[in-house]
Amino acid sequence: MDATATPGIEAGRLSPEDYAKNFSDLHPAYDAHEAQVAADRCYFCHDAPCITACPTDIDIPLFIRQIATGAELAAADTILSQNILGGMCARVCPTETLCEEACVREAAEGKPVEIGRLQRHATDTLMATGRHPFTRAAATGKTVAVVGAGPAGLACAHRLAMHGHDVTLYDARPKGGGLNEYGIASYKTVDGFAQAELDWLLEIGGITLKTGTALGSDLTLDGLLGEHDAVFLGMGLGGVNALRAEGEGKAGVEDAVDFIARLRQADDLATVPVGKRVVVIGGGMTAVDAAVQAKLLGAQDVAMVYRRGRDAMGASRFEQDLAASKGVRIVFNAQPVKVEGNGAATGVVFERTASGPDGLVATGETFVIEADQVLKAIGQRLDGTPDGLTLAGNKIAVDGPGRTSHDRVWAGGDCAAGGEDLTVTAVAEGRDAAEDIHAKLMGKG
Amino acid sequence: MADLSADFVGIKSPNPFWLASAPPTDKEYNVRRAFEAGWGGVVWKTLGEAGPPVVNVNGPRYGAIWGADRRLLGLNNIELITDRPLEVNLREIKAVKRDYPDRALVVSLMVPCEEEAWKRILPLVEETGADGVELNFGCPHGMSERGMGSAVGQVPEYIEMVTRWVKQNTRMPCIVKLTPNITDVRRPAEAAHRGGADAVSLINTINSITSVDLDLFAPEPTIDGKGAHGGYCGPAVKPIALNMVAEIARNPETANLPISGIGGVTTWRDAAEFMALGAGNVQVCTAAMTYGFKIVQEMITGLGQWMDEKGHDSIDAIVGRAVPNCSDWQNLNLNYITKARISQEDCIKCGRCYAACEDTSHQAISMSEDRTFEVIDEECVACNLCVNVCPVEGCITMEELAPGATDLRTGKVVEATPADWTTHPNNPARVAAE
Ligand SMILES: Cc1cc2nc3c(=O)[nH]c(=O)nc-3n(C[C@H](O)[C@H](O)[C@H](O)COP(=O)(O)OP(=O)(O)OC[C@H]3O[C@@H](n4cnc5c(N)ncnc54)[C@H](O)[C@@H]3O)c2cc1C
Ligand SMILES: Cc1cc2nc3c(=O)[nH]c(=O)nc-3n(C[C@H](O)[C@H](O)[C@H](O)COP(=O)(O)O)c2cc1C
Ligand code: SF4
Repeated sequence: MDATATPGIEAGRLSPEDYAKNFSDLHPAYDAHEAQVAADRCYFCHDAPCITACPTDIDIPLFIRQIATGAELAAADTILSQNILGGMCARVCPTETLCEEACVREAAEGKPVEIGRLQRHATDTLMATGRHPFTRAAATGKTVAVVGAGPAGLACAHRLAMHGHDVTLYDARPKGGGLNEYGIASYKTVDGFAQAELDWLLEIGGITLKTGTALGSDLTLDGLLGEHDAVFLGMGLGGVNALRAEGEGKAGVEDAVDFIARLRQADDLATVPVGKRVVVIGGGMTAVDAAVQAKLLGAQDVAMVYRRGRDAMGASRFEQDLAASKGVRIVFNAQPVKVEGNGAATGVVFERTASGPDGLVATGETFVIEADQVLKAIGQRLDGTPDGLTLAGNKIAVDGPGRTSHDRVWAGGDCAAGGEDLTVTAVAEGRDAAEDIHAKLMGKG
Repeated sequence: MADLSADFVGIKSPNPFWLASAPPTDKEYNVRRAFEAGWGGVVWKTLGEAGPPVVNVNGPRYGAIWGADRRLLGLNNIELITDRPLEVNLREIKAVKRDYPDRALVVSLMVPCEEEAWKRILPLVEETGADGVELNFGCPHGMSERGMGSAVGQVPEYIEMVTRWVKQNTRMPCIVKLTPNITDVRRPAEAAHRGGADAVSLINTINSITSVDLDLFAPEPTIDGKGAHGGYCGPAVKPIALNMVAEIARNPETANLPISGIGGVTTWRDAAEFMALGAGNVQVCTAAMTYGFKIVQEMITGLGQWMDEKGHDSIDAIVGRAVPNCSDWQNLNLNYITKARISQEDCIKCGRCYAACEDTSHQAISMSEDRTFEVIDEECVACNLCVNVCPVEGCITMEELAPGATDLRTGKVVEATPADWTTHPNNPARVAAE
């Protein structure tokens, strides 16, 4: 029997070749000639709109011109001096809503310069040399605690180390990298890139990474403030929103982020179990990633169910099309009422919704989608805020470059209010907070 | 379709596209295939004296300049004349001409600057039935060190002398191929004319070093660590060749001297431009070496389509048509006033026009918060730079101000009557306007 047809949540649905094929690079690297051709399309715009659209303000026309003239290492320096995770961002940024959307060639011919892939070409070329291009300023004698080794924390730690401060970087998980390591879809960052980039970043020196150490259980904010001159919080969003549907506790129902983390950490994809019929609830990037990867693991039917219409969806049109092209069925305007099943999930009852003047209303019309695996992706939230910090909505309130209500505590990335929840935004916020911390510590702030 | 047949100094060919003397015409195998592909004629790769042939380097012969997507824009070579024995070439020429009587077959020659040498080779060529000879006074490398090629082409007296020897010793039409490595191309053309040449062909290649290997610190192509200058050709040289052709066509002394246009001809349009400036036909080398013989089909059909569209029924109807419009600068109409116009509909807001005009020209383009770019008529001198740097064809155009309108830059009303520098008040050597 075809292993994709095995009922229940099973591992090893595919052949080794199919796993390898399904989880290969979404946007493969350019070869040198392709990069030249792609770079040549850049018009080197005056005051280029793509720079404005990049949350980290990379001088895109300059680095592309550097590639076009065969100076890839200089191009990488242009990128990395603004965005130390330029390699990861090149892979994971939704460029279709950022730099590439702003590209004048998108306006002109609907085909932007492929900025993301060019950025990857430059940063990969540099990383292949094994060289870390930045050096530390003379030691300042100041120490900073950075909580969370995700994009925000890493960007902050690197910039602080560069300015000569000593950084201790704490993370609750066994590995650093944050969602780069545990969350991003595996076909966006193949071949262990997240750890390779982390190791390369740490080569700057002056950063001590302490994993398995959590603020809240192992550390307190007061304790950190006692030992360090400043604290940066980049904990991301550790919590997950509840579904509030009956039967949520049945076997086979879990958070999409946990499913993805398990997949990202697997040495062999054939060991990752996946349902025959999978329902993903949610409409953001996490929902798309969970649905697509479930399909790529060999699930027979994958439906992604979103309570509103297409236009309200958090996932970009590119992501939606990607899901559709992999065979994911996207169902709009339906919300879960109940998970059916006797112990283990067998299906989900949905109710049709319509958007009325007072928001979403349930229409009373219901239908069932059969499922042996149900993945919840209806948003992450902040998990445990250190006492004494002011919140804005559900996140840590910040002012300007990540200043919190405490004068020696900064925050950035997903855990801080403002900005989109994206890798690149986290990098920008971590970097800017580091500059502000530096100015403050050196008495210039 | 329009009649593309050409009659160049009595040499007939079904179309005006000939292959220039170079590797594409170095042997029977190539030339037969070129004729099968549709080429109207060939100038056989340059022949030297009888006896042991020249030898070429055994390392790389070419260097190149590329544009986008590695499109070859300029080619440089250090190849010599044919390195195959004279008898072999002559035998092959005879066989090919016999089988392709309707195609033009001209033989390029380069022998030492002695009358005896020319007297020896000319009858051998005549015996093949070839249609004419082309004197290679252009090759700028290798052969010139031995007193031939451009070493002759750079001295008008030698050109005249050798041309005369040739005309005295053969009945075949004689085309003199000129080198561009001189200051004023009219002088060698006049010398060829005085010597009795039936036509000139130009240009041969331009002295060049295409690039330098920055590890070896040696010019490329590099032969065992050293490089010699070569000859440059291909699309990059076309503007230089066009100007030289026009100079000869405009010169009253050579006005009726037929010209075979060479240098960067890559498409039918290039060919049409050469012919408009006075060339009776064109010769092609680099384009064939880049894309193969088949490109002639594009050239034939493209030229034919354009001629049909425009109602030009024969080659004669286009040759030289642009020559009367080639002017000296001093005769250009200074009362012709234009202003740049940016089509907001086509503008993609790249800002290149702004950077160019603001940084390097006349600060005549404004940029708003929302990236709208507009021309400031008070400042625009109509230089056209913005048009040239704009990536969208047709987005920026130059609009003529009608007589009676006011040029906001100078505050003057545009006059209907032309006036040029010769009569301009600022010209110390002006002549009074009538
Ligand atoms: C499934 C998924 C897919 C995504 N795909 C993309 C994408 O393709 N492109 C994109 O741009 N963005 C994507 N994102 C969003 C992006 O990953 C985040 O915006 C980004 O990682 C935020 O960075 P951060 O540093 O703020 O937080 P995180 O990356 O979440 O890192 C936070 C770190 O803090 C640690 N931590 C948490 N609590 C504590 C504590 N109490 N003590 C110590 N350490 C703690 C965590 O272990 C983690 O390592 C995706 C997100 C998800 C969930
Ligand atoms: C490799 C090479 C060899 C050439 N050899 C000769 C030659 O033997 N005799 C000659 O008259 N011109 C020679 N030329 C010059 C070409 O005939 C022609 O004048 C020149 O290349 C310009 O035309 P193009 O731009 O179409 O290539 C040679 C050119 C090249 C590239
Ligand atoms: S034509 Fe020249 S001066 Fe006028 S706007 Fe364009 S670049 Fe400026």
